[in-house]
Amino acid sequence: MTALLVAEQCLNGLQLGVMLFLMAAGLTLVFGIMNLVNLAHGSLYMVGAYLATAVFNWSGSFLLGVLFALPATLAIGMLVEVIALRRLYERDHLDQVLATFGLILFFNEAVAIVWGRTALFTRVPSALTGHIMVLPGVSYPAYRAVIILVGLAVALVLYVLVSRTRLGMLIRAGASNRTMVAALGVNIRLLYTLVFGFGAALAALGGLMAGPIYNVQPGMGEEILIQVLVVIVIGGIGSIRGALVGAVVVGMVDTLGRAFLKPLLSTTLGPVAAQSAGPALASMLIYLLMAAVLFFRPRGLFPAVRS
Amino acid sequence: MRTPRIAVVLLLIAGCLASQARAAETLKIGFITTLSGPQGVIGKHMKDSVELALDHLGRKVGGLETEVTYGDDQAKPDVGKQVADEMLKKHRVNFVAGVIWSSVLLAVAPTVTASGTFMIDTNAGAHEFAGKQCHELFFATSWQNDQTPEAMGKHMQDQGVTDVYVLAPNYAAGKDMVTGFKRFFKNRIVDEVYTKFGQQDYQAEISQIRAANPKAVFVFYPGGMGIQFVKQYVQAGLREQYPLYSVYTVDEVTLPALGDAALGSWETRYWSPDLKNEANAKYVGDFRKKFGYTPSYYGAQSYDGILLIDSAVRAVKGDLSNKKGMIAAMSRADFRSTRGKFTYNTNHFPIQNFYLLKAVKGGSGEVEMQIQKTVFENHKDAYYQECPMK
Amino acid sequence: MISRGRAVVLLAGFLVLAVVPAVAAMLNEPFYLDLFRRIMIFAIAAVSLDLILGYGGMVSFGHAAYLGIGAYAVAVPAFYGIESGLVQWTLAVLASAAAALVIGAVSLRTTGMSFIMITLAFAQMFYYLGISINAWGGDDGMRLARRSRLPALDLADATVFYYVVLAILVGLLWLGHRLVHARFGAVIRASRSNETRMRAIGFSTFRYKLAAFVLAGAVCGLAGALLTNQTDYLTPSYMHWTRSGEIMVMVILGGMGTLVGPVLGAAAYLLLEDVLSAWTVHWQIVLGPLLVLVVLYARRGLYGLLPGSASRDG
Repeated sequence: MTALLVAEQCLNGLQLGVMLFLMAAGLTLVFGIMNLVNLAHGSLYMVGAYLATAVFNWSGSFLLGVLFALPATLAIGMLVEVIALRRLYERDHLDQVLATFGLILFFNEAVAIVWGRTALFTRVPSALTGHIMVLPGVSYPAYRAVIILVGLAVALVLYVLVSRTRLGMLIRAGASNRTMVAALGVNIRLLYTLVFGFGAALAALGGLMAGPIYNVQPGMGEEILIQVLVVIVIGGIGSIRGALVGAVVVGMVDTLGRAFLKPLLSTTLGPVAAQSAGPALASMLIYLLMAAVLFFRPRGLFPAVRS
Repeated sequence: MRTPRIAVVLLLIAGCLASQARAAETLKIGFITTLSGPQGVIGKHMKDSVELALDHLGRKVGGLETEVTYGDDQAKPDVGKQVADEMLKKHRVNFVAGVIWSSVLLAVAPTVTASGTFMIDTNAGAHEFAGKQCHELFFATSWQNDQTPEAMGKHMQDQGVTDVYVLAPNYAAGKDMVTGFKRFFKNRIVDEVYTKFGQQDYQAEISQIRAANPKAVFVFYPGGMGIQFVKQYVQAGLREQYPLYSVYTVDEVTLPALGDAALGSWETRYWSPDLKNEANAKYVGDFRKKFGYTPSYYGAQSYDGILLIDSAVRAVKGDLSNKKGMIAAMSRADFRSTRGKFTYNTNHFPIQNFYLLKAVKGGSGEVEMQIQKTVFENHKDAYYQECPMK
Repeated sequence: MISRGRAVVLLAGFLVLAVVPAVAAMLNEPFYLDLFRRIMIFAIAAVSLDLILGYGGMVSFGHAAYLGIGAYAVAVPAFYGIESGLVQWTLAVLASAAAALVIGAVSLRTTGMSFIMITLAFAQMFYYLGISINAWGGDDGMRLARRSRLPALDLADATVFYYVVLAILVGLLWLGHRLVHARFGAVIRASRSNETRMRAIGFSTFRYKLAAFVLAGAVCGLAGALLTNQTDYLTPSYMHWTRSGEIMVMVILGGMGTLVGPVLGAAAYLLLEDVLSAWTVHWQIVLGPLLVLVVLYARRGLYGLLPGSASRDG
């Protein structure tokens, strides 16, 4: 276990965290601002991945896939909001859970009908297939480095948007007191639709970035949804900063746990016990982390302030 | 006016009985697989192959009009059991076939055999049924789970490969695969790592592999996990450094998603689309023509399952009550299997060859699996001696 | 107490369930007996969830953990030769109650989304624990050697088992009704609408909520014991979070906070699943929008659509 390996694993953890952040940001926005539990966020991630992959495979240009998938998913997100979710803002969280669960079933099957159940072929765009020397002796896949950069850029944009622009101010005001903002003449319905669409676009961005390295098939959103929910609970619901911190922490803990838990355990428990205990504990690690965080901070690390 | 009503009721009952009597001449097969959800792709391979087998037999299995009912187990043992119950009690099938997952088979098979119905296992290779829970009505047209990694273990041992890094998902099948591998591979294993079932990102494990610097890597990653692992392995540039050997990871189900990333992967299997025999050429050729994609071993096994049933029913001349006769006929494995000639062991699992396969660019420019050599001839599974049937 | 319309509906439902074995025998379709028995077992689980979810507003996404614990409480002793139903089922209830006590004590300190996630986390931990125990089959699970032995009742007889489950379901509904209309139930419901006020009056809401949580867990453990007997099989997948989701769907679909609603929800969900999946492979694309429609237009679930439910009592 060299220092170089530890450094490399930290980088892996950061990258995983950033991927989770892209998903978490959209979800925490929607939950924090509109008080909507949207389980179908994973479906929007999946739709983004499918649309980008389909266009990439057809045209050969990854950029074209991105340029198509983002606005398309944004539109789909807004459509879903208008048709199905708009009426659920005042309703119980449970009703929202049920309705968005129904949406998950619908999207998974719709995607299976259009593209079949076989996983789609994806590849990393040829410009990014190389490696870069991040540290001496640590050669890192270029594509993954780009993911980190994109994620951090999105975090910066979101920060500026939410805290420095008028739109961001409206969003925050609407989250605090919807009625008052509406009374002041702001079209709160339109605002919510736009925010939801934006959240969908963020999910799609996560999906299309994940496509080349993960598996594009029906149900791919649910696999990552649980991890994302853990992230926003740890980070604090409604907080972009919380989502970033939570995502990086979860990414690091999960990665370092998978890499180093077994070797660490085998020094104390012996190699045979560590072989089963290691992976079992590693899979529970993020849940244990969440339980620990909630024990000390029941509302997460950076809870958004609500009135 | 009660009399006419009684007459109507009696007529109805007579009609029902009559239709039941006619129904007894139809052969009914219940096929259980996973049709919905992400693993539904495997179910599709199996269902399409069953349909092709029925076409080849003129929709008459063993000369009888045949009705196949498909059941979706959703990859859950309790749903699978409910589906099996429905097939046995409602549809009154004569044969239950299929089942992808060992956990579903463990829940379903005992119920099926206890009711006096044949269980034709066309995939799950749970060792319980090769050993202690073997049954005269249970026949497998696939393999016993351990046999496939045993073949890879033997191949790598024979090649003198050493310093192998082993990875598998942390569940029962994963551990069985590694056990089977180590039964024949005796050289040094650098590390044995079990990852979370369904894990998507393997970058951490890939960094560990590079740090350990083995001479080769052996993995078992079925379905989506395989697609993710192999893609990321190749993207990290590891294939050039450490040859990748696997079982149930690179196959006709995952090849479409892997594309060129699969090139150079080694696998062991009892069958491949390019296996040269008449029955297989017909199966693969007609399958490609009818469905437009290359069949996998899941399909080949299901196709064989229908042919096995056909051979048994033919042998007893359609007398489905002659179970002993059908058992004897099945035990002879007297049908044109896609794997070529094989025999059944006392535990009703096949004694068959295992081949080394490599993912190469085929004639059509697509990546396909091609047989390189035979690793095992007439290989028996490791559990048959635990079976009470002799 | 209960409106006449509601009473008629309840009686009708009870009669339907009571005659299923006879009808199934008459039609020579024993499968329907198994199907309805499975529905009733999930109904028991759903009703137990309704107690804390519908009445108490505690959205527990980890309820399936108790289903699993109850299942293990039957299958593991059976594996070692202990086949007495009284021992197994008591163990199922007590073990689930103990687990619920621990999980509830930690989780009930949080609210809202955090509560949902932490209950889910606990369920996942049990699931991963179950997978890793090779002696009991790991994720493959294992067969139940023999159904629970009850004095004078042979559960291997499908009809006898059916009526045992029906009796438990009816008994549970009656007990639940009494509980909900007693002071305990009133405190739980009041805590849901305004916990601060209840605490100001002097109620230790945490203790009441924890008690309800433990009770719900214990009953769900019993459902788990019954489920293992029903399928003759034990699998850790009983504890997977998607199972919790399914039970939750049954509760919400049937009508939360009604006790009887979840029974309807369980029946509707499982019957739809059976019927639709025979019809098309893509049955989920029908079920999905159907659920959305129910949420949007049938506010009190299926129960709210029945005659006689317009009355005020819960």
